[in-house]
Amino acid sequence: MSVLTEQSGTEARAASAKIIKRRQWTRILRSRTAMIGLFIVTFWVLAALLAPILPLYSPTEQDVMAMADPTPSATHWLGTDILGRDQLSRLIFGARTVLMVAPLSVAVAMIVGITMGMLAGYYGGWIDAVISRFSDVILAFPVLVLYVILIANIGPSIINIVIATTIASAPGIGRITRGLVLGLKHQEYIAAARLRGESTLFIMLVELLPNCRSMLIVDACLRIGYTIITIGILGFLGLGLPPPNPDWGGMVKESTTVLNVWPLMSLVPSFAIVSLVLGFNLLADGLREAWKP
Amino acid sequence: MTAAPIAPLLEVRDLRIEYRGKMETIVAVPKLSFSVRPGESYGLVGESGCGKSTTAMAIMRYLGSTGVIAGGSIRLEGRELVGATQRQLRAIRGRRIAMVYQDPMGALNPVKTIGAQLNEVPMLHLGSTRAEATEMAAAMLKDVRLPDAGDMLKRYPHQLSGGQQQRVVIAMALLGRPSLLLLDEPTTGLDVTVEAAVIDLIAELRRRYRTSLLFISHNLGLIAESCDRVGIMYSGEMVEEAPTRNLFGKPRHPYTQGLIDCIPDIASGKHTRTLAAIPGHIPLPGERPPGCLFGPRCRDFRAGICDSLPEIPLTAAGKDHLVRCGRWREIDRARTTLPLQMSGAVSPAGTIEISDVGKLYHIGHRRTVTANEGVTFAAGRAEIVALVGESGCGKSTLARIVTGLDRATSGEIRMAGENIAELAASQRPRHMLQSIQMIFQNPDSTLNPSHSAGFSIRRSLKKFGLRKGRDAVEQRMRELLEMVRLSPDFAARKPDQLSGGQKQRIAIARAFAIDPSLIVADEPVSALDVSVQAAVVTLLLDIQASRHTTMLFISHDLALVRHVADKVVVMYLGRIMEKGTVDEIFGDTTHPYTEALISAIRSTNPDETSRTRIMLTGETPSPVNVPPGCRFASRCHRKLGAICDTVPPPVQLVSDTHEIACHIPIEDLQVPAKIVSPAPKVREPS
Repeated sequence: MSVLTEQSGTEARAASAKIIKRRQWTRILRSRTAMIGLFIVTFWVLAALLAPILPLYSPTEQDVMAMADPTPSATHWLGTDILGRDQLSRLIFGARTVLMVAPLSVAVAMIVGITMGMLAGYYGGWIDAVISRFSDVILAFPVLVLYVILIANIGPSIINIVIATTIASAPGIGRITRGLVLGLKHQEYIAAARLRGESTLFIMLVELLPNCRSMLIVDACLRIGYTIITIGILGFLGLGLPPPNPDWGGMVKESTTVLNVWPLMSLVPSFAIVSLVLGFNLLADGLREAWKP
Repeated sequence: MTAAPIAPLLEVRDLRIEYRGKMETIVAVPKLSFSVRPGESYGLVGESGCGKSTTAMAIMRYLGSTGVIAGGSIRLEGRELVGATQRQLRAIRGRRIAMVYQDPMGALNPVKTIGAQLNEVPMLHLGSTRAEATEMAAAMLKDVRLPDAGDMLKRYPHQLSGGQQQRVVIAMALLGRPSLLLLDEPTTGLDVTVEAAVIDLIAELRRRYRTSLLFISHNLGLIAESCDRVGIMYSGEMVEEAPTRNLFGKPRHPYTQGLIDCIPDIASGKHTRTLAAIPGHIPLPGERPPGCLFGPRCRDFRAGICDSLPEIPLTAAGKDHLVRCGRWREIDRARTTLPLQMSGAVSPAGTIEISDVGKLYHIGHRRTVTANEGVTFAAGRAEIVALVGESGCGKSTLARIVTGLDRATSGEIRMAGENIAELAASQRPRHMLQSIQMIFQNPDSTLNPSHSAGFSIRRSLKKFGLRKGRDAVEQRMRELLEMVRLSPDFAARKPDQLSGGQKQRIAIARAFAIDPSLIVADEPVSALDVSVQAAVVTLLLDIQASRHTTMLFISHDLALVRHVADKVVVMYLGRIMEKGTVDEIFGDTTHPYTEALISAIRSTNPDETSRTRIMLTGETPSPVNVPPGCRFASRCHRKLGAICDTVPPPVQLVSDTHEIACHIPIEDLQVPAKIVSPAPKVREPS
């Protein structure tokens, strides 16, 4: 018996490795940053999900009585807007729009961006050159102008917002993915997969993509935050969802005329945008910390 | 106990080093004592994770934000360093103690010239003027044998090769005229012939400047040759300390004995000796066992003696010889290693025939890199052919071409009658892929961190349809894991839960899973610790022999090649210099390059260390636009003259199997009794 089994003592090592593994998750739980972010995001998600069953006014119902004094009262906790619609209700129903459109846009942008980055990074050569230059052109375009041109021309709707944000953020995601793939494609396990005769698609999806996961999730969190801002801006510019749909950006815009008299009317939706974006950013920061190698 | 008559230069006493994280404290070194005497070279040896580098960092007081010296004292020339202020430390670092790190590129500032960086040292520590400093720097560069010092001072670090950078770092360390030089794995990243030159340089400078050395390394051969006294560390503890000759001649601690038995030596091959591996692995700092730390891995472990005491003391086992073992008197040192049982004879029928393979890379306009040129050799069934050479010699490129990860630009590689030289892996049919598998170098990147260890084995089995159905695949995988001596539950573990040796075992199982006829092993053990290396090599040889698999074994470690190979191909800058059977290559007629490589092997055997060392000048030239003559001519110590630079050397046949590409006639290539030669002199390059 010249070579002894490696089993003695490895049990202890495995146990400790398991502890380290568990620690990675508890690290997220212990990270105050991530937890505050998660709390804020969860709050809005729950509010949005439960909106139909919460005892709220309809977001489009006008309370003529409240129009004279739209400040907070016992009947309207956060007051009403200039048309007498309940602010709290519009806020929560507005969250439904935001939390549907933003993640959907980012998801679509991720699919497009990851595909671009994978192709560019894995194949290199002229494919990389074409994709990278194309990305450069789009990234060089002022994003806001891009949105305004797109939405103004094809009209505001959820799908069009998704298309606009995809065009704007896919090149950035592509770049991140390309960089990750460039670092990973020379790893020996990729060579081993090629020697097994695995297809390129398999290598990309099963061997490469999971190792880009943590970076891309962090990036997605940040992008959801940015997209929420974008949706707010579009709403503010009147390019958001058509009225009377509750839309945070639109709520700010409608109330700017009375900003001097009733500042709360603008501040409430602004605060909602800030809190949700902050929530996603904190979550992203916390995840990045916890997943740091 | 005999006390040293002279006060030690560096005295480390009861040193305790902790890393304090947010959530836990790791004790890297629990209690360590040793001393370095004036003018002495002290070697600190141990496997990775034993705390040797941490100790060096503690002496320099560079432990970072989390490292804390929690107890004990470090005295340099009688002055206490623990608790010294930053101002006091600044006066000591660089001036009294200097350090040479493993990675020279990290020690040099890439945006400053060599001259500017060297000048800083005397200007800061000796109060020299810039002119004086420049003069000293130029003189020192000459001392570290860098050519053309004036020009060198104006260069930037990236314009130098690795060996030259390390010389600059050594020059920088010596400029402050320190009394103690700390060397932390100073040659680990360098090629063997460059390493030999750097080590000889350090020995010479040490004599000239009377500097004491603290030499940290995992390479026992290096330590045996360059140190007066050696301390063996294990898991943060000193387990044995003795003068070099005694330590390697009469090791007392089972761990020291184990380490020595692990290393392949040049005198024996696989048919005469099996490398003895130390089972298990070094305990993590949080898992140190009670009593003897080495206990769980020790063959002579006795419950009651080795695990009862809270701490086993260092006891004297002779003059100057300390050992931390409860049973050292009872253990007798005997090699219990048996030669490998070879079950099958090597058949001459060729598995793979490589003929005239070349690989050119085009970089920019009209510039080409010649990675391989005219490479021709064959490997028979069950044969192990070793490809040997320093970095840049094209051995890994050849491996990539054979496996299909890269394509040859010319030549033929025939396997089972088909030419595979210009077929990429994606173009190869299934049976061709199945017949060639590869074992990679880096255990940390050989397994996908996102998947379980068994994932790729399972994929291989399914992909090639060797087993049908989930149960059959799982059954086969269990057999494969058993074959590499891992328990079946390892299949479910993620790579980050495995040690380097375990990952490499999984990689071996993966390569053998589909019964290939050829395995290409690219430096399969070079990233592993010596004790693990021995186990993996033995395992690999076992499996290879029982399956009659042909193997291309790529390595820069000649002693290992001596142990493993049947045939050896020596490459330099893309060309074959010499090929033959192991006995022929290590015999007495060899190519000058092979001769230099073999002479760079260091042995721990105290009776064998006085081997003639051939020092090559310079370093491997760039493979861009290679010279027309002999590739090795620019560094050859036996160069004949202009003919070597202009005319490609003829291939001379020494025997049917032994070929040498050299202008020197065969009769003159004989090097009598090279292996164990008593000649004490170092032959200077001509």
